[in-house]
Amino acid sequence: MMEMQHQESLGRWDGLSSRDASSRAEAMEFICQEVMRKVEAIEPKKAATPALGSSPNSDLNDILVHLLMLSRRCPFEDVRGRCTQLLRDIQDLGIRIPRPLGSGPSRFIPEKEILQVSKVDASTQAIFEDAFAALHRLDNISLVMSFHPQYLGSFLRTQHYLLQMDGPLPLHYRHYICIMAAARHQCSYLVNLHVNDFLQVGGNTKWLNGLNEAPQKLQQLGEINKILAHRPWLLTKEHIERLLKTEEHSWSLAELIHAVVLLTHYHSLSSFTFGCGIMPEINCDGGHTFRPPSVSQYCVCDIANGNGHANHHDDLLGNQEMCGEVEELMERMKQLQECRDDEEASQEEMATRFEREKTESMLVVTSEDEECVPSRDISRHFEDTSYGYQDFSRRGEQVPTFRAQDYSWEDHGFSLVNRLYPDVGQMLDEKFQMAYNLTYNTMATHKDVDTSMLRRAIWNYIHCMFGIRYDDYDYGEINQLLDRSFKIYIKTMVCSPEKTTKRMYESFWRQFQHSEKVPVNLLLMEARMQAELLYALRAITRYMT
Amino acid sequence: MEKMSRVTTALGSSSITGRTMFCHLDAPANAISVCRDAAQVVVAGRNIFKIYALEEEQFVEKLNLRVGRKPSLNFSCADVMWHQMEENLLATAATNGAVVTWNLGKPSRNKQDQLFTEHKRTVNKVCFHPTEAYMLLSGSQDGFMKCFDLRKKESVSTFSGQSESVRDVQFSMKDYFTFAASFENGNVQLWDIRRPDRYERMFTAHTGPVFCCDWHPDDRGWLATGGRDKMVKVWDMTTNRAKEIYCVQTIASVARVKWRPEKKFHLATCSMMVDHNIYVWDIRRPFIPFATFEEHKDVTTGIVWRHQHDPHYLLSGSKDSTLYQHMFKDATRPVDKANPEGLCFGLMGDLAFAVNESLVSSDAGRKPYPGGDRRYPFFSFKKPNPTEQFAHVSSALSVFETDLDSSRMDWFVKTAQLYLLSGKPFTELCDHNATVAQELKRPQVSTTWTMLRIMFSDPAPGPNHSLSKLGSLPLMNSFSMKEMGPESRLERCKGESRPDNVHLEPGNSHISNNNEENEETEGSDGPTEYMFGDAELDDDDLYPMEHDNQTVPEEPVYTLPPEAFQLRHEIIDNPSAPEHLQQDKADSPHVSGNEAEVACLTPIESFSLISISQPLYSPHLHASFFCPIVREMLSHYAERGDVQMAVSVLIVLGERIRKEIDDLTQEHWYMSYIDLLQRFELWNVSNDVIKLSTCSAITCLNQTSTTLHINCSNCKRPMSNKGWICDRCRQCASACAVCHHVVKGLFVWCQGCSHGGHLEHIMNWLKNNSHCPAGCGHLCEYT
Repeated sequence: MMEMQHQESLGRWDGLSSRDASSRAEAMEFICQEVMRKVEAIEPKKAATPALGSSPNSDLNDILVHLLMLSRRCPFEDVRGRCTQLLRDIQDLGIRIPRPLGSGPSRFIPEKEILQVSKVDASTQAIFEDAFAALHRLDNISLVMSFHPQYLGSFLRTQHYLLQMDGPLPLHYRHYICIMAAARHQCSYLVNLHVNDFLQVGGNTKWLNGLNEAPQKLQQLGEINKILAHRPWLLTKEHIERLLKTEEHSWSLAELIHAVVLLTHYHSLSSFTFGCGIMPEINCDGGHTFRPPSVSQYCVCDIANGNGHANHHDDLLGNQEMCGEVEELMERMKQLQECRDDEEASQEEMATRFEREKTESMLVVTSEDEECVPSRDISRHFEDTSYGYQDFSRRGEQVPTFRAQDYSWEDHGFSLVNRLYPDVGQMLDEKFQMAYNLTYNTMATHKDVDTSMLRRAIWNYIHCMFGIRYDDYDYGEINQLLDRSFKIYIKTMVCSPEKTTKRMYESFWRQFQHSEKVPVNLLLMEARMQAELLYALRAITRYMT
Repeated sequence: MEKMSRVTTALGSSSITGRTMFCHLDAPANAISVCRDAAQVVVAGRNIFKIYALEEEQFVEKLNLRVGRKPSLNFSCADVMWHQMEENLLATAATNGAVVTWNLGKPSRNKQDQLFTEHKRTVNKVCFHPTEAYMLLSGSQDGFMKCFDLRKKESVSTFSGQSESVRDVQFSMKDYFTFAASFENGNVQLWDIRRPDRYERMFTAHTGPVFCCDWHPDDRGWLATGGRDKMVKVWDMTTNRAKEIYCVQTIASVARVKWRPEKKFHLATCSMMVDHNIYVWDIRRPFIPFATFEEHKDVTTGIVWRHQHDPHYLLSGSKDSTLYQHMFKDATRPVDKANPEGLCFGLMGDLAFAVNESLVSSDAGRKPYPGGDRRYPFFSFKKPNPTEQFAHVSSALSVFETDLDSSRMDWFVKTAQLYLLSGKPFTELCDHNATVAQELKRPQVSTTWTMLRIMFSDPAPGPNHSLSKLGSLPLMNSFSMKEMGPESRLERCKGESRPDNVHLEPGNSHISNNNEENEETEGSDGPTEYMFGDAELDDDDLYPMEHDNQTVPEEPVYTLPPEAFQLRHEIIDNPSAPEHLQQDKADSPHVSGNEAEVACLTPIESFSLISISQPLYSPHLHASFFCPIVREMLSHYAERGDVQMAVSVLIVLGERIRKEIDDLTQEHWYMSYIDLLQRFELWNVSNDVIKLSTCSAITCLNQTSTTLHINCSNCKRPMSNKGWICDRCRQCASACAVCHHVVKGLFVWCQGCSHGGHLEHIMNWLKNNSHCPAGCGHLCEYT
C-alpha cells in the first residue's frame, strides 16, 4: 500500500510547475512528506547497505537528484528554497545527498557570467516558467541561451511546437528522431535528454537498443539523417522518392517535413551544445555525484571553466597581448565599407573568390589527431559511424554549387514548410531572422558598432562550407574578417561538433564577452540548420515537381 | 528591327495573330518581357538571356545576348524589362547586385550598354518609366531603390525603404511621379520620384513578403499586390488610407500579378512554389479562377500580356525551361466544370437546394414539396453585368420543408431496436419482424417479412422444433463471447487454464480452436500467452452458471452493459484488421478482444446448414427459385433509402441470399446502415449488425480502436510492455485494492481515484463503505 503511494508522489512533480503558488506549495508539501517517510523507511537498513546506488536506495536517490535539480533550476523561488531546505534536512539525518558535478550549465563559460535562475528580469522569468511548465525542467541549453531572452523565447516556442504540439508524427517518433539526429553527432547530452522524454511518452525501450530495433519506417530515415548531418548536398530527390513511395512503411509528405525539420534542428542543436560546452543536466548521468567533495575529486571542470583561480592570470595576460585584435577587426570592417565603392572586383574575380574560400575552408583542418571513437552507448543509435563530414569541394566529385538566389528560404523553403506543416514555417522564419539580426551593436569594449557585415560574413561562410553561394556576396570579405582560429572554430563546430574543445572556444575572439560569443554560436547553429533545411527542401520540391 | 517598328501600336484587330505554342529554352527562365509592338519577347534567367520573335506558328530565336566564353554574373538575371517606348532598350537586374542596360542597336555582338553596380545585394526588380525614355528604377535585397538616369553613369536618387529587401517596384501608369515598392516585411510604400528622403505613404499589405505589385493600366487608383500569404489584394489608393477593395485567396504564394489589358476586373497570377498553373481571376469572383493555363510542368516565373491593348495573348516563362504563348480561347475555364449547385440542411430538417435553373426545368420529375418551394426574398439576383464575362448562372432555390410526421425517423429507431436479427429460428424471426413492422404501420414491410418466411422456410412443425433447439446452441457462443469481450482485453492468463478447455461443451470448441489459431498467428512471446474469452471459465466464482445454463446465461449483476464495447469511431487508416492487430502487438501494451473472429460463427451459418438439410415444403419450388426476386426486392428497398430493410433481410436470410448479391453492394448497404445507426446513437444495434455481417470489411470494423492504453496505477506512466508488471516501478500494475492480489479477470476501477480491483470485491466493499478501499480518501461509487 505504502509503496504505491510513494510511487504516486512521482506524479506530483508535475504540480511543482504550476503557476499557482498555493498548488506548488501543496505539491511540495506532499513531496516532503513522502521523502521523509521514505528516508525513515530505509533508515534501519542503512547500516547494512552503506553502498550508494544500491537498489533500496536507488529509488530515493532518484528523488534526491530530482530535488537537487529543482533546487538549482526551478524558476520558482519558493520551490528552490524548499528543495534546498529539504535536502539539507535529509543530510542532517545522515543520508548522503548528491551534489552537482561541475558548476554551471556550460563547461566553457564561467557560471557567474551566465544568468542565475534566481536573478532574471520579468520577461526571462516568464519564458523560464513557460518552459518549466511544458517540460518540468529547465535545461542547460536554455540557461546558456538566456543571454538572449528574445531568441530564447522564439527557440523554445519552436521546439515546443515541434515536440509537443499537434503534428503529423506521434510523440514517441518525434523524440526518437531527435535521438537519431543527436546521436549522429555523438551528442550524449541531447541523447540522454530525449531518451528520458522518449520513455516518458511511452516509447518502446527496445528501440533504444539501436536503430535496427526501431520500426522499419524510422530505419528508412537513417539514410537521410546521415546525409543531412554530414553532406547535405548529396541529398537528391531519389532519396525522397524512396521514403515516399507507397508501401507499408512509407512516409507522408507532411510527416517527412516534420521529420526533416526535427533532424536539422537537432543536428544544429548538437553543434550548439558542443560549441558552448553544455554540461550534462544535473539529474542525468554525469551531472551529479553522491561522493563527498574531496581534494582529489576537486572537479576538473570546476577548474576548467574558470571557477578555479588558476585561469585568471592567463586571461589577463591574454587580454593585454591580444589587445589590438578587436581594433584591427573593426578597422578592416571600416575599410571594407569604404573601399567597396571605389574598387570593384571583376565578376570573374568574384567567382574565383568563392571557389577560393570554398577550397580554403577545406584546408582549415579540424583537429584530426584525437580520433574520437564514439562511446558504445550512443553509437548504437546510428549506423555507419565512419560517415562524416567531407569537404564540399573535394576534387573529383563535382556537385553543382547551390545558388541561394534560385532556392531561398524566404521565397521557397518557407512556402513549402508552411504548406505541409502549418505554422512551423512562420516559427522557423522568426528564429532565423532573430538569430541573424541578433546584435547589441557592441564589439568587446566598443559600443555602437554595426556588426551586420560580420554577421553576414559568418552566415555566408557557413553556407559556403555547405556549397551554397550568394551571387551578391564578395567572398573576399570573409578572409578579411574571420581569422584562422575563428574559422577553425566555425568549421569544427558546424561540421564535426563533437571535436570542439575548450581551447578552440577560447582561442577565437579572445577579448569578446561570453555574451557576444553565444550569439555567434546561435548564428552558427541557425545558419547550419538553414543550410541543411534548404538542401532537404530543395530535394523535396524536386520530387514534387 | 525596322520591319517590326512598322507595326502600329494602335492595335488593329488583325495585327496580332497566333496560336497556343511553346518553345524549349536551354535553361530555366526567371523573367520575361515583351517589346512594345508585341512582336518579340525577351527571356532572362540565370543561364539564359535571349530574344525570341513571335511568329504566327512558332517562336524564333532572334538573338542570344549571353555572349562571351565565360559569361559573368552580370548575365545572371533576376528580372528583365523591355522599354515600352524605346524598342532597342532593355534592362536586367542581376543576382549579384548589378543593374545592366542593353542596347540592341549596338553593332557589336555584346549589346551591353551600361552597368550600375551600386546595389550591395541582389537586385530583384527593374522598371522603366512608362513614358520617360531615360528613367530606370531598381529595387534590391539591400533595402534600397535607386533611380537611374541613363544619360548619366550613376543613380540620380536613392530611396531607402528602411527595411530588408525590396521585392518589386512599379511606376504608376498614370501618375508621372509616383511609384510603388513592395517589401519582404509585408509593407507597400508609395514614393514620389522627386522626394527621395521619405515615402509618401506606407501600409501593410500582407503578412510575410509582398512578392509583387501591379498598377491598374486604366484605373489610376488601383494597385494589386500578391504575397507569400497566398493572397492577391487590390487596393484603392485614391483615398487617404489605402483601402482593400478586393481580395483573392489562391492556393500558393503569389509570385507575379499582372492586370489583364482592356478588362477592368481581370488579373493574371502565377505562384512561387508548388503550383504550376497560371490563373486569370475576375476579382469580383474571388472563389474560382476565371481561366487557367495548365501547360507548365514547373513553377511559372514570368507572365506578361503580349500587347498592352490585347487581352487574348499571354506569354509565360517557367522553371521547366519552356516559353509559352497562351491563347485565351484555349484556356481552361474552371467555372464550366464547377457544379453550380448548393445543398444545405436546416436545423429542423429543412433542405435548401439551389441549382441551375435550366436543370430544374429540364427535370420535371423533381417536384418540390407542396408549398415548400419558396424563393426567399433576400436572395436578390444581380443584374447581369455585361462587362463581367463570367458565365451567368441563374439558379433556382428550392426549400423543402419536411412536415414533422413524415420527417420523424422514429420508425427507424424503433424498428432498429425491435427487430430481431438472430437468436431465434428463421421463421420466428420473420414473424417477429413482420409484427414489428405491422405495429409501426408499415404494412408493405410487414408483408415482405411474411413473404420471406413463406418463401424460405419449411413449415413442418417437427423439424422446426428441433431446429430451434439446435439453433440456440451456437447462439450461446456468440452471447457468451459478447460477455467476455471486455474481459479478454484485460485478460492475460497463464497457460495453466488450457486443460480446462477440454471440459467445455462442444459449442465452445469452436472458440478454443479459434484461440489456437490466434496464438499461432501472433507468434508466441515467452511462456505466457494470450487467452481469449473462455479463459475466464476457470474462475468459476465469477461465472458460476456458465456451464450449466444453456438457455440464457443472463444474470443482470454480472453482465456488463453492452456499451462497454460499443464501436468507437473507426480508424480509417487501418483498414485491415489483422495487420492492425499485429502491428499493435509489436509496440503497444494492449490486449485485444476477439469478438470479431467469433462473430464469424454467427448462428446464421449453422441455421443455413440445418435448413438445407431439412426437406423443403414444396420440393418443386426450390428456395433458390426466389432468390432473384428477393434480390430485386432488396435492391428496391435500398434504392428507396430503406437500407435498414435491406440489411435486416440480408442478415436474417444469411447464406440463403448472400451469394446472390455481390459483396461490394452488401458492404455498401452495411456501411450505410451502420452509419445511420450510429447517427441515431444506436450503438448496440450497430454493433450487432457489425457482428452479424458476413462481409470481412464490416466485421473488421469491430477490431479497430480496440487498443487499450494502460497506465501503471503506481507510477502513472504508460505500461510499455505487455503483462502485469510495470517495467518502471517493478510493481504489479493491476492489484486489487481489497485483496491485494493481481486481478486477472474483470477489473473495475474508479474513474475518480483510479483505484480498483476484482469486480466482486469492489462491489462487496462498496456495499458497506463509501470510501475507496485503497485508503486514498476518495468517495467512490458503484453504479
